[in-house]
Amino acid sequence: MKRTSPLLTGALAALLALSACGGGSDPLAPSGGGEEPAPADTLTITSADFPESQLLAEIYAQALEKAGVSVQRDFNIGAREVYFPGLNDGSYDLAPEYTGVLLQYINPAATETAPDAVYEALKTQVPAPLTVLERSEAENKDAVVVTAETAQRYGSSLADYGQACGELVFGGPPEFQTRPDGLPGLAETYGCTFTEFRPLDTGGPVTVAALADGTVQAADLFTTDPAIEENGFVVLEDPQNNFAAQNVVPLINSAKATPQVTEVLNAVSGKLTTEGLIDLNRQLNAPEKPEVNTVAEAWIAENGL
Amino acid sequence: MNILAEVMTWLTSGANWTGSSGVPIRVLEHLYYSGLALLLGLVIAVPIGVAVGHTGRGSFLVVGAANGLRALPELGLLILLVLAMGIGLLPVVLALSVLAIPPLLAGTYAGVRNVDRSVVDAARGMGMRESQVLVRVELPNALPLVLGGVRSAALQVIATAAVAAYVSYGGLGRYLIDGLRQQDYAQMASGALLIALLALAVEAVLALLQRAVVSPGLRDGGRRSPTVDVARPAPDSSPTPRTPAPELAGVER
Amino acid sequence: MVWEWVPRNVDRIVELLGEHLLLSLVPVLIALVFAVPLGWLANRSAPARAVLIPASGLLYTIPSLALFVMLPGVLGTQIKSPVNVIVALTIYTVALLVRTIADALAAVPSMVVAAATAMGFKPARRFVSVELPLAVPVLVAGLRVATVANISLVSVGALIGLGGLGGLFTDGYQRNIPSEILTGIVLTVLLALLADAVLLAAGRFATPWDRARRSGA
Repeated sequence: MKRTSPLLTGALAALLALSACGGGSDPLAPSGGGEEPAPADTLTITSADFPESQLLAEIYAQALEKAGVSVQRDFNIGAREVYFPGLNDGSYDLAPEYTGVLLQYINPAATETAPDAVYEALKTQVPAPLTVLERSEAENKDAVVVTAETAQRYGSSLADYGQACGELVFGGPPEFQTRPDGLPGLAETYGCTFTEFRPLDTGGPVTVAALADGTVQAADLFTTDPAIEENGFVVLEDPQNNFAAQNVVPLINSAKATPQVTEVLNAVSGKLTTEGLIDLNRQLNAPEKPEVNTVAEAWIAENGL
Repeated sequence: MNILAEVMTWLTSGANWTGSSGVPIRVLEHLYYSGLALLLGLVIAVPIGVAVGHTGRGSFLVVGAANGLRALPELGLLILLVLAMGIGLLPVVLALSVLAIPPLLAGTYAGVRNVDRSVVDAARGMGMRESQVLVRVELPNALPLVLGGVRSAALQVIATAAVAAYVSYGGLGRYLIDGLRQQDYAQMASGALLIALLALAVEAVLALLQRAVVSPGLRDGGRRSPTVDVARPAPDSSPTPRTPAPELAGVER
Repeated sequence: MVWEWVPRNVDRIVELLGEHLLLSLVPVLIALVFAVPLGWLANRSAPARAVLIPASGLLYTIPSLALFVMLPGVLGTQIKSPVNVIVALTIYTVALLVRTIADALAAVPSMVVAAATAMGFKPARRFVSVELPLAVPVLVAGLRVATVANISLVSVGALIGLGGLGGLFTDGYQRNIPSEILTGIVLTVLLALLADAVLLAAGRFATPWDRARRSGA
């Protein structure tokens, strides 16, 4: 069938012209309120799209429900870049967060790295209408992880690498390329520029597999990931604190932070520990792949919440 | 207006055209995965289609397989293969070639099957052996539909190669996935536009190829789809239209 | 392979199945409404055909993920909105069906059309009672392809957060649960084959005059 090329170009031009009269609204903004806006006293909880975030959000949800608060779940939204605007505009009310990365997201120039300093800075810099409640001792940091062989060859601290990074391929979530503590931070803090960046997943099975089979020689994994121990990986030390403290903390809309809600969430934060997180992740990763709500339920019962 | 402006800005910014994640590299990666998959699909589908079309046996298997494979969700297959085999070239080429097979199979089978019987008889009458009939008569006559299948397959594969970026592959899909995670709509829309343009470009090239390769005697204005051509070689020549081969619906002519 | 995952999550699977059905079938229904008049127009007038057929081909060439991403910029919807996915799939289905309908109508023998006119059928009634029914076999073939393609395409929507059974793929990927992914694949294929069979039966039901030929063939 012959298609006349003027027609092709004409149609393409028409399509492009159509896009010119597209609405000014941002297509990536969350649908404010959704199809059925939640009633005013319901808390809409969201999470990032990795299992631990979902688990924490589910723990919040179940603890709140146990205390009689009505909640709506909308998990697995995406990276912070995706769900934070939703928290800002009221589509979501609550999300589990990590102090250091949240601070750097809000203020890319932030320099605090110690747990308390980061938390204090966060409290003052979180934009209205949001606020953070009490932080937990539990911490889950991003880390540059290598195999045992690589660590033996180049060193077990990021300070040892520097130029050597140019011989390594790095794998991590796509947003690691632009985050302040991601590739830019590593380059600035340690003079470390990898030869190639491979976008993988958010510290998930693909990243673990890629590191294990040598597709990448260094990867961004979470410190609470049981796979690190299971595979004999080495978490590179971070003496200059490129990765700030990342304690678990609830990020919530101030209007929804009633005394009851605050009490419940602070209690949860009090019971969370880093060891506990590692154990929860191990449970989630168990061969029989239990559901997130089952694991959350068990943890809540165990901790008397 | 601002979306278009943002896309234009993104497309005209030099940084996006250089380096290992620049547009040229992504386009090449995209074509690389697609090309390998198409090749694998051809290697598998053409012999089967020709054999079944020539002998007429097993035709319902071909139609069934073509229909069944068309129903396979590309994303699911790709993810399954990547989880099983890791991120390498093999999973993505396998998954994409599975998509290429239905149109190639349908086009080859229908092409060989629908060669005018009188031409084949004439060839046999001239004393040609079966293999000669196949190679010198049936295949050249089947070429329009076979190439139609190739065009369909190529489009399918290019479209799906965009999805491969979700499981960490390169190609133009990277702009869609990375843009989504970084909340950069200009990147996403630019990537989408580039993918559409690439698909159109490949389609145009294959259309030219089809014109160049198909024998002039076989070219008819081609305004009708094979669904109709199969039923009625010439307009108004039969009182009732035969139900055209369903497996050909959707195959590009 | 953890098969216990499946019975444990039946509720979620059923919910996604419902979403999948909605997202794939509604576009077909809407598309028919647009495609029949457009196909009729393309068949009737050569200039219309010269515009509509290439335009359909053009639209069908655009990869689905690209369309899902570009449409919000054009329409002003959210990327994650069901309207976005439904409009995109409707566009594909219309693009496919316009060509199919135009060709199906062209395949109706002019002798039959002439006979109908001679019998006194007005054009509208002739279209509905004579041309359209005779075009049904080719139309059904096109509908089957479009429906199966839609059912497969909906799962791609999972990448932007709305993909029916595709949600099983993304979740299974993140948590490394192959049985979840396999469930999604099997259900999608079954759904497509079921829809295909239903349409085939409906087509046969709608063309009783073909039964004699079919049973003899």
